[in-house]
Amino acid sequence: MASLTVTDEQVTATKSKVIQPAWVRVMHWINALAMILMILSGWQIYNASPLFDFRFPREYTLGGWLGGGLLWHFAAMWLLMINGLAYLVTGIATGRFRKKLLPITASGVLHDVRAALTFKLGHDDLTVYNYVQRLLYAGIIVVGVLIVLSGLAIWKPVQLYYLVMLFGDYPAARYVHFFCMAAICAFLVVHVLLALLVPKSLRAMIIGR
Amino acid sequence: MAKRPFLIPGVDKRLLIKDSLKTMPDVTRRRFIAGGASLGALTLLTGCDVIDSSSAETMLAKVSKFNDAVQAWMFNPDALAPTFPESAITKPFPFNAYYDLDDAPDISAADWKLEVRGLVDNKKSWTLDELYKLPQVTQITRHICVEGWSAIGSWTGTPLRDFLKLIGADTRANYVWFQCADKDGYNSPLDMRSALHPQTQMTFKYANEILPRAYGFPMKIRVPTKLGFKNPKYVVSMEVTNDYKGGYWEDQGYNSFSGS
Repeated sequence: MASLTVTDEQVTATKSKVIQPAWVRVMHWINALAMILMILSGWQIYNASPLFDFRFPREYTLGGWLGGGLLWHFAAMWLLMINGLAYLVTGIATGRFRKKLLPITASGVLHDVRAALTFKLGHDDLTVYNYVQRLLYAGIIVVGVLIVLSGLAIWKPVQLYYLVMLFGDYPAARYVHFFCMAAICAFLVVHVLLALLVPKSLRAMIIGR
Repeated sequence: MAKRPFLIPGVDKRLLIKDSLKTMPDVTRRRFIAGGASLGALTLLTGCDVIDSSSAETMLAKVSKFNDAVQAWMFNPDALAPTFPESAITKPFPFNAYYDLDDAPDISAADWKLEVRGLVDNKKSWTLDELYKLPQVTQITRHICVEGWSAIGSWTGTPLRDFLKLIGADTRANYVWFQCADKDGYNSPLDMRSALHPQTQMTFKYANEILPRAYGFPMKIRVPTKLGFKNPKYVVSMEVTNDYKGGYWEDQGYNSFSGS
């Protein structure tokens, strides 16, 4: 009996140590690859007809020219969309989004932002997201949905006209697509920086614990 | 995160490089790998020292073909491109080509004839005067360029499907293939379902004026359900065909369906 109890505890202990389940890790890294391919090829496409008074440096674009950038963009989009859809479905079905990202309260976010700015925000328990993390992770999922919808709108503005109308018109959908990219890039900088500052979080995303 | 070279266990790196060099295509053949930027960027992000560019190219071409099929499946022959009031017209409407306006074809109306070939009952050539006598409609739609910019313009002409009917074209054929007078011989295939779309037009006028040289005099094909490069200007012939004959930009890697 006694030995059985110990085994149970061990099992529970081992289980509780899993911070990122396998499906999260797999989908995270597929998404990372797809996002980088989409961003770099997207910059190539942007450079063909810039919305603003700047172009992305050629070294940071994918495809070599507009046609190559488009080929990469419209290939990687499948990876991004299928993986993203699977992530949303699994995240909702398993209750992970609800458990990890909710609730998000204004007071909680304000408290944790203040703590973060004074370097008092701890990352001791990686299984619980603080309010800043919840806000950013939930926010980036919304941005992910928006960038796909605006992308589909500018890819098929006639066949998917209702999507274009959602954003106003075709040029507006292009701006939405651009700013979603900018938001993802800003997220990426903070996300990678913090993963490097808290290496055990990076380890958890690779080996799960 | 220290950048580490990516190594496949048991694979000799030098041999891998040697192998991939052998399969490297002629870099001048396709522009999109010529820059080397794609390879550079990919190396950067995977930490991979070697990339088999020809297999990447093959994969991308396959996905592009798959995307053609997806777009054909998505294409609703009854879905109309949005139309706009005259006040929405972009002024000036941009001239856009792979050459300067000075190099645009300067076609004399008297010498020009539209040649009709392929799977049609009546292969007679058409003079501009004959074409001008066909019923015309005006539509104000958004032209969307593959580069991303767009502009709203007013185009007047004969619905292509009416003309195809008139010449007894086999509308079960796969494509209408247009050839143009642009330097280097512009051409582009249009899938039959898009050719039969009610808004697809043989355009003779822009903003109610005879089509200016900049926009494709004497005739352009306006296809508001396609990206701009699938809207050929300076058209000299059309061929109804089952064969995919490629196109100026399509052959260089732009997606062939490129529907909007």
